[in-house]
Amino acid sequence: MKRQGPIILAFAIGMLMLIQFFTPAAFFKEAYNTILDWKQVVLGFTFILGTWSLIRYHYIKINRKRENWQYSYVTLAGLAITVLAALIWKTAEGPYPWLFNNVQVPMQSTMFSLLAFFVASASYRAFRARTFHATLLLIAGALVMLGRVPIGSYLSGSIFGVKISLVAISDWVLNVPNAAAKRGIMIGVGLGMTATAIKIILGIEQTYLGKTD
Amino acid sequence: MLLTTAFMLLSLTTHLPCAVTPALIEVNDTPNDWGNSLTVRWKPPLPPDSIIRYEVWRAHHGVSPVEITTFTDSSSFAEVMTHAGWVRAGMNRANDTLFVDSHLSKDTSYVYRLATYAPKMIILSNQSQPLRPERQYLDRSHTNILIATILFIAAVVTFVERARRGASLFIRRIAGLEAIEEAVGRATEMGRPILYVPGLEAMDEVATVAAIDILGQVAKKAGEYGTRLLVPNRDPIVMAVAQQVVRESFSAVGKPHMFRSQDVFYVTFSQFGFAAAVAGLMMREKPATNFFMGRFYAESLVLAETGNATGAIQIAGTDADAQLPFFISACDYTLIGEELYAGSVYLSRQPLLLGALKAQDYAKAIIIGAAIGVVLLYLVRPEIAEMIRKAFG
Repeated sequence: MKRQGPIILAFAIGMLMLIQFFTPAAFFKEAYNTILDWKQVVLGFTFILGTWSLIRYHYIKINRKRENWQYSYVTLAGLAITVLAALIWKTAEGPYPWLFNNVQVPMQSTMFSLLAFFVASASYRAFRARTFHATLLLIAGALVMLGRVPIGSYLSGSIFGVKISLVAISDWVLNVPNAAAKRGIMIGVGLGMTATAIKIILGIEQTYLGKTD
Repeated sequence: MLLTTAFMLLSLTTHLPCAVTPALIEVNDTPNDWGNSLTVRWKPPLPPDSIIRYEVWRAHHGVSPVEITTFTDSSSFAEVMTHAGWVRAGMNRANDTLFVDSHLSKDTSYVYRLATYAPKMIILSNQSQPLRPERQYLDRSHTNILIATILFIAAVVTFVERARRGASLFIRRIAGLEAIEEAVGRATEMGRPILYVPGLEAMDEVATVAAIDILGQVAKKAGEYGTRLLVPNRDPIVMAVAQQVVRESFSAVGKPHMFRSQDVFYVTFSQFGFAAAVAGLMMREKPATNFFMGRFYAESLVLAETGNATGAIQIAGTDADAQLPFFISACDYTLIGEELYAGSVYLSRQPLLLGALKAQDYAKAIIIGAAIGVVLLYLVRPEIAEMIRKAFG
């Protein structure tokens, strides 16, 4: 029953979600919305689980003096200060929004801005024209990039009387081969998702329950 | 009261501008609903640039008639209508020609009138025919999806049944999945841990389910080789499921003692906070093998490039098409789209799961065939192709 229960539940809820998509019946819509509300409630409780895991992880790290264990004090102190600020001064004003706007947001922005450098290093590696495919990627990438910047619109000319515009080439690369490949991937993804959902609803796939054999 | 209303109506009709044709309104049952709405459509009585807005008025069938069709004062107009038993159902902008009136009862007949607001003038349409909302049990706009879903489920069940009877089902080689054994072996040889990131999404995302399925197989391999497995999580539910899956996988290979709950841990819900923590983990622990499976967003490149800098062998898999180029350029192997969903099946080789995968392949072949067929039809007989497009809309 320990494993049968979740399988039956997954089947029942899965079928409910499937049926509600095909019928306008009020019962199914209400059930769907209620389940979505429950999900939010459950999510709220699971954060207790997450916070406990975080505290435990850093407590063990400090206790066993693992590498850079001192930083765990910063994490735990940050957690405690944020929670206390929200509990004492509430979340609308006081230190809580200040911490969010002046500590968390700048740190997140810093991480996000690192992407520019990572894109540069990844592009360098991807564009090294060592193989036919890499050369093709380099040419396509250069054409698209030039076609997307203001100077690209000035870089046009004619070969054998045929007018060639970098913007038009860039648009063609994006709208024809690129869009075709993306759609191909998305069709595969859609089928894969559906197949996985069916496997879960029918109880064929049970790895998410811990069954691995 | 009646005398007051009559006097007010008379006063309203004085100094009227030239006569205008009232709007033609049509009321129909809203398709694909549970009998709780009607759709009102109309043709504008004036050129759109001379209309300020519309008001849709509703009443039960048998309401007192309002004979006057043109008014000059909005507050008096509203008073007249309300006195006569009409309710303002909604307001629309000047360029609208449709209004869906919801929260109605399927047991009541309704009539409608449309008020067109023009400068210094309100034109009231004729009363619509009484109509009762009807209940539909099937959303006909999803008929094509229903047919495709039934056919697909039938194909899955058929192939699963064939697999159950022992039929041999061929699956093409997927390099990224073939490399898992090698990647786990490498981590064992180097005496370093394996890092497995099951994406950033919650458990209701199918990509996360697929990532957890692959985690089960990777954990089994890690258990067999006796290699430490680190699984940082962004979602607490995913963390709980991942802990259970890793525990069961280690037990399945006879190494339950290898499971340490602090190795499958929660980090933070913040997207870039998570990226920073995992990047830091990679720099400190120097895992020999990194797995990035599931749904990723902008942090994908931060993770993959940091892993690349540490010299780890990296296997990624995602259905997020925008992140695929980043993984392809920074990882050794990348599972593209559907390959992520095939991962667990490919590794476990369970006949029942293989059946579902085979059905997926056939469905894809049918879609490819249909796409080629429609393209050819557009070239040869575009009118028939257009008819098909409209039918499957």
